[in-house]
Amino acid sequence: MLQVEGITAGYGAFTALWDVSLRVETGEAVAVVGPNGAGKTTLMRVISGLLPSRTGRLVFEGADLSGQKAYDVVAHGIAHVPEGRRIFPALTVGENLKMGAFLPSARSHYRESLERVFTLFPILAERQGQRAGSLSGGEQQMLAVGRALMSKPKVILLDEPSMGLAPVMVLRLFDLIRRVREEGYTILVVEQNVRQVLKIVDRAYLLEVGRVKMEGRASELAEQDFVRKAYVGA
Amino acid sequence: MSWGRLLGGLVIAFLAVEPFLPLGRMREYLVHVIVQIFIWSFIGGAWSLMGRFGLVSLGHGAFLGVGAYATCLLWNFFGMTPWIGGLVAVLLTVALAVVIGYPCSRFQVVGHYFGLVTLAVSEVIRLLIIAERDWTGGSLGVSLKPAPSDSSIWALQFADKRVFYYIAMALWLAGLWVWVRVDRSMASRAMEAIGEDETAAASVGIHVTRFKLGITMLSAALTAMGGVMLVQYLAYANPDTMSGIGVSLRIVFAVVLGGMYSLLGSSVGTALTIALSEFLRIYFGIKLIGIAETIYGLVLILCIIFLPSGIYGSIREALRRRSSGTAPA
Amino acid sequence: MIDPLFILEAVVNGILLGGVLALLALGLNLIFGVIDIIWIAYVDLVMLCMYAMYFMVTVYHWPIVLAGVGSLVLGAVLGLLVHILIISPILSSPPINQLLATGGLLFFIQSFATLLWSTDHRSVRVNLPVLEVGGIFISFPRLISFALALLAMIGLYLFLTRTFVGTAIRAVSQDRDATALMGANPLRLYLVTSAVGGAMAGIAGALLIIQYAVHPYFGSAFGPLTFMICVLGGLGSMFGAFVAAFIMSQVISVGGVLISTEMGYVVAFVIFIVLMFVRPGGIFAKRT
Repeated sequence: MLQVEGITAGYGAFTALWDVSLRVETGEAVAVVGPNGAGKTTLMRVISGLLPSRTGRLVFEGADLSGQKAYDVVAHGIAHVPEGRRIFPALTVGENLKMGAFLPSARSHYRESLERVFTLFPILAERQGQRAGSLSGGEQQMLAVGRALMSKPKVILLDEPSMGLAPVMVLRLFDLIRRVREEGYTILVVEQNVRQVLKIVDRAYLLEVGRVKMEGRASELAEQDFVRKAYVGA
Repeated sequence: MSWGRLLGGLVIAFLAVEPFLPLGRMREYLVHVIVQIFIWSFIGGAWSLMGRFGLVSLGHGAFLGVGAYATCLLWNFFGMTPWIGGLVAVLLTVALAVVIGYPCSRFQVVGHYFGLVTLAVSEVIRLLIIAERDWTGGSLGVSLKPAPSDSSIWALQFADKRVFYYIAMALWLAGLWVWVRVDRSMASRAMEAIGEDETAAASVGIHVTRFKLGITMLSAALTAMGGVMLVQYLAYANPDTMSGIGVSLRIVFAVVLGGMYSLLGSSVGTALTIALSEFLRIYFGIKLIGIAETIYGLVLILCIIFLPSGIYGSIREALRRRSSGTAPA
Repeated sequence: MIDPLFILEAVVNGILLGGVLALLALGLNLIFGVIDIIWIAYVDLVMLCMYAMYFMVTVYHWPIVLAGVGSLVLGAVLGLLVHILIISPILSSPPINQLLATGGLLFFIQSFATLLWSTDHRSVRVNLPVLEVGGIFISFPRLISFALALLAMIGLYLFLTRTFVGTAIRAVSQDRDATALMGANPLRLYLVTSAVGGAMAGIAGALLIIQYAVHPYFGSAFGPLTFMICVLGGLGSMFGAFVAAFIMSQVISVGGVLISTEMGYVVAFVIFIVLMFVRPGGIFAKRT
């Protein structure tokens, strides 16, 4: 469904990704792990269109999305839950979710999507009228994911969802991701928490200093080896 | 580079002797224009002391107005010599600068916000001048009372404009000297650091408030001096030409167009804008009222959009690119 | 001593004046809050719309309501033009250049207006009675302006809170990238914001022309006042601007009656400066 081919990208004179390729099949859950500074977030930003790539292609459901801006990429069905959540702090929870449904295609199903999100995350229904900036980290993460769901996406990009969350919340978060997965969404998740994320994905890529070092099925990968590599970067 | 030196030398030579050149009526007109260029360049330079460090004031008209009116009124009503009256004016202006500058410096009022606050201050001064029309003459302005004798150093009034010419030149040169001194001082490094990141600067012990306030006070004092000079030369002050948003914007324009970060930027910019407005004024005469200003405004907008580093800055960049050949790696 | 009835009248007039001032301040604040650039020439756009109203009503004999709509549309168009021609090229320039660009626009508009229409004052004569309520006199045009200004502000509020585009405009002022991830084009939102801000200037122009005469330097009178209201209320805070507008209008109105018209303005400005000492970020500061 989603194919990243030979992407080289960076910021100014600095190159963060070198010839990176990966693929995500429909219905799959794929993880990208790696140490800090490996370029994982850069990769997400290139896929969602926030950052242009210097070389390579981005193919989604057969269509070449290379070079498209973020607001066009979303329309194709790729929803990006950014690093740090990036919810709109001065808008209410309800308004954040409303923004998620901004796309014309999503607007017509607004009520329906909202119901689904509220069923998945009942606490958001409770806090509908509350300023999003006053939510806890875990609640904000739920809001960010819920907001992404509102655009009726085909694939969801999750960038470091467990970052900054208390350990208890982290467990709940991964449970949440599993449930979203069960709803039928295709997921690409970037994570530092290797052990946890491997439990909920089918395949994983190891990114190191901007290059794909390893790739394999989550169940096959010897956790010890892979984990050691991801954390230590051997 | 030697072309630049030659040109510079010619300009200096010309300026030094212009009042004595046999140019007929042109000479007097040129003296008049050049005096204004000297004074306004000086004022622009004073503004740039703040502007180059990120303190973009849109209200220097306030300092100009206080400087000009205080001196003029003290002479008109109390016969106070402008040498002392000017000093009083400068002190008043500095006081005003402290009143506005202190809360702004202390509370990190910068950027657009600072610009608006200063704009408001210049309007306060302008309105005050107009409101107190009984002794300020209101919108009609006030004329400097002629001194008992034609030319008097004590009254700082001279029948022969050429005396003003050299005084204004001295003022202009003094302004350049101050600019260089500030540029080379520790204050300059500190202000640059503050301009980049106030919090970081404060954390390494730079006394942010003191520096910002100091630069503001210096800028205000110099601007006031320019105002004193102006009112003595023109023998007339008017709230719209010496305070308010109009004159404040003109000062900033001239400096930015010339190039805020270079020594001669203010002078080049002022010379160009005054030359432009004089040209337009003469060309259109009284034919179409307002067209001169319209073109002036249009030129300013276009320059800001297409020459962001100012005319002087853009020329320097172009010359640098040409002399270095291919672009650096 | 001054008749307390005069003061009451001044208070009421102050409230009525505050309505239009609030409208001006909201328009300016909207644009600044979203695009982060201050249109120094904003009130001069209002001036242009006032002239348009004048010509539509007195020269082309349009009914005044239609002219009002025309003014709104003109304002929106002017807003778009300003953004496309002047703001877009300098979006990433340093603040000083941005301030100067709109400052240059101020010069341009004021002198262009002088060129076209000379400095004569022009006004639109509206045949409406002066109301008398309990001994105080209220100008009917002023009352209507107030009511319409309130309606416009309510309309703006509903637009910003109930519609998708309006919510997106609020969102883009908080997080530009995240807004793009929602499928909303930030640059297009800036255009809409400029058009809305311009439309409010258009409405304000229509409301002002029936109370004041227009001339090319009208912006010099109301402009600085509008800026100060925005700063006082906290740049970027819509509610702050709303409140500050009424505070200032009260000071001007009552001060004008107690001392003199100009001094009323001076006092208002001085209060502004004093409040800068007390709360430098403005009463309801949001953006720094």
